[in-house]
Amino acid sequence: MDLASQLLQFIFSGLTMGGIYALVALGFVIIHNVTGIINFAQGEFVMLGAMFMVTLTGAGVPLLLAIVLSIILVMIVVGIIEFGAIRPAKKASPVTLVIITIGLSSSIRGIALLVWGTDPYKLAPFTKGSSIQIGGASIIPQSLWVIGTTVVILTLTFFIFEYTYWGKALRACVVNKFAARLMGISPQKMSLFAFVFSAALGALAGIVIAPITYATYDMGLMLGLKGFIAAVLGGLSSTPGAVIGGLALGIIESLGAGLVSSGYKDGIAFIILLLVLFLKPGGIFGTSGSKRV
Amino acid sequence: MVRFKKMSAILVITLILGLLLTGCGGGEKTSTTETKEPYKIGVILDISGGGSSLGIPERDTVNMIAEEINKAGGINGHQIELLVEDNKSDETESKLLVKKLVDRGVLAIVGSSTSGTSMAMTDAVNIAEIPMVSAAANAKIVTPVSERKWVFKTAQSDSLVVEKIITYLKSKGWTKVAFASVNSKYGDGGRAVFEKAAAEAGITILGQEKFGEKDVDMTPQITNIKRLNPQAVICWAIPPAASIFTKNYSELNVTSPLIHSHGIGNQKFIELAGDTANGVVFPIGKLLVAENLPDTDPQKSVLVDYATKFEAKYGARNTFGGHAWDALKIVLAAIEKAGPDRTKIRDEIEKTQNFTGISGIFNMSSDDHNGLALDSMVMVQIDQGKWVLAQ
Repeated sequence: MDLASQLLQFIFSGLTMGGIYALVALGFVIIHNVTGIINFAQGEFVMLGAMFMVTLTGAGVPLLLAIVLSIILVMIVVGIIEFGAIRPAKKASPVTLVIITIGLSSSIRGIALLVWGTDPYKLAPFTKGSSIQIGGASIIPQSLWVIGTTVVILTLTFFIFEYTYWGKALRACVVNKFAARLMGISPQKMSLFAFVFSAALGALAGIVIAPITYATYDMGLMLGLKGFIAAVLGGLSSTPGAVIGGLALGIIESLGAGLVSSGYKDGIAFIILLLVLFLKPGGIFGTSGSKRV
Repeated sequence: MVRFKKMSAILVITLILGLLLTGCGGGEKTSTTETKEPYKIGVILDISGGGSSLGIPERDTVNMIAEEINKAGGINGHQIELLVEDNKSDETESKLLVKKLVDRGVLAIVGSSTSGTSMAMTDAVNIAEIPMVSAAANAKIVTPVSERKWVFKTAQSDSLVVEKIITYLKSKGWTKVAFASVNSKYGDGGRAVFEKAAAEAGITILGQEKFGEKDVDMTPQITNIKRLNPQAVICWAIPPAASIFTKNYSELNVTSPLIHSHGIGNQKFIELAGDTANGVVFPIGKLLVAENLPDTDPQKSVLVDYATKFEAKYGARNTFGGHAWDALKIVLAAIEKAGPDRTKIRDEIEKTQNFTGISGIFNMSSDDHNGLALDSMVMVQIDQGKWVLAQ
C-alpha cells in the first residue's frame, strides 16, 4: 500500500465521520441562530435516532418505514422537551439555557441507560455488499450512505431556508426578532421549529452512522462534542461553515490518527477547538456576524 | 469583545463537559434474607460504563452462586450476604467503594472487573487489611507480591496469555507481526508484556497502533498496519472497540490472520462483529469450548455445570463470569476454613491448592497470587459465529 492510497484511505475514513459531525454541527448552528442557545443535548438526539432505529428494525419494521418513524419519534420527543423545558425558561439568560441543555443531555442519557441498558447494539448496513476499492483504498457501502445523506440534507436545508415560508421566517427571526414579530412571525413557534428541525437532523445522523459505530446509550456525548467543535470551527452561526468544519474535523482526526499518533485522536480534536477559541474566536470560516443562517 | 466573551463562556462549558465525559449509572445492592450473623462479602464490579460487558455477567454469576449456596444452607451454617456495588467503570469510584464496604464490615472483597478499576483498589485494601480477589487480567494487580499482600486475582495474567500467543505464533512459523491495542490499562499492560516476550522469542513487531476505548472508526490505524504487510496481527482490546477493529479489518480486506487477546471472550464480540469475526483466533480459558474438551480434562465437569446453569438463567456463557465464579468460590472456600477473620481468610486464600475453577486449576502461593499455568488456556477460533478449538 503506497502513501497515496494510504492518504486516500485516511480521507475516506475522515469524510465518513466528518459527514456525521457536519450533520450534528448543523443542528447546533440552526438552534443557535434562532434562539441564541448552544444546545448541548444535540448529541443525544443522534443517540435517540440510532436507538429508536435499532429498536424498530429489531421489531421487524421495514428499513424505510423505520427510518421515517425514528425521525418522527425523535422530533416528537424533542418537541415535548422544547415545550416543557426550554420555553418556560425563555426569559433566562443564554448561559442559563445552555446549562439547561446540559442537564437535558444528562437526563436523556440517563433515561436511555434505563431503557436500553449499557450494551452496544448492532444495526445492519442499509445495503449488503463488501467494500469498494478506489485507488488502492477501500470504502464500505454504508460510508457512501453517510456521505450521500449529508449531501442531500445540506441541499435540502439550503432550499428550505431560501425558498420556503418557514425557512424565510426563521431567517427573519435571526436578522431582527422584534421586526419579525411585527410582521406576524412568532419567535416562539420558530424556536420550536428550530429544535424539531435539528432533532430530525440529529436523528438522521444517528440512523446512518449506527451500522458503522454500533448504537450505545452514551454515543451522543462524544458525537455531540465533536459536532460542537465542528460548529465552532465554522463560526457557530454559518451553515456552510458548520459543514466545512465537520468535514475538516473528520479528516484532521483521521490524518492525525494515521500519520501522527493513533492514541491521541480525540486529543487532536480538542486541541484544535482550544486553538480556534484562543486565536480566532470567530471560527476559521466565521464572518463578522450580522447575517447568520 | 462581546463575541470574545461569549466564546470564553463556551470554552468554560466545553471544559466542564470534558470533565463530565466519564460514565454514569446507579449503584446496585443485592441482599439475601437475614439470618443469624450472615457472612458479608463485598463485590465491586464494572456494572455500568465501559466495562459493563464484563461486569454484568460477573454480577449475575456471583448472585447465582450466593443464591445456590444459601439455598443449600450457607457456609458452616451461616448465610452469605453479598454487597454488590457498581464502580461505573471508574477508578476513583472503585477506590471509594473499598472504604464503603470495609465500613460495612465485609470479610473480603471480590472485584473488580477490569485492570484499571482493580489497580485502583490495591492500595486501599492493603491499608484496610482486607483480602481482595480481582477478576481482571493485568499482572501488575498482584505483582510485586511484596506490595500486594492482600490482593489476589483469578483471570489469567497478560504474561500467561502472551506466552500462549507466542507459542501459537511460533507453531505457525510467523515471526513478523503488527500489534494494535486499546488506549487503556488493559491495552497498555498487554502491549508492554507482548513487546518483552516477542523480543525474547525472536518475533519482530513491525508496527504498533493504538485506538481509544470509545473510538468508532479504526480505519486509519489498520491502514497503517496493512502497509506493513505483517504475517499476523495481534489486537489487544475488549468489545465494542475490539469488534469495530475486527469489522474495519475485514472492510479493508487485510489478509493477515487476526489474533485477539482473551478480552473478546464474550458473545457480544461475535454479535457485534458479525461475519467479520469468522477466522479470528484468540487464547482463552476453557469455558467457551467446554463441551469440546476431552473427558479426561479435570475441569470439564465444573465448566459444563457452570455453563449449563448460567445459560439457563442469564444467556450465553462468558469467560468474565467465570473469573468472578473463581474469585467468589475461592473466597468462600477460604472463609469455610478460616471463619470470619480477615487475616486468616487471606492466609487461606494464599494456601489455595489444586482448586478446580473455571479459569483453570489454581495453585496459589506466597510468590504467586494468581496461581494459573499455561495449560489453563486453549487457542479458540471463531467459525460461523461459534467458538471451536483452533488447530
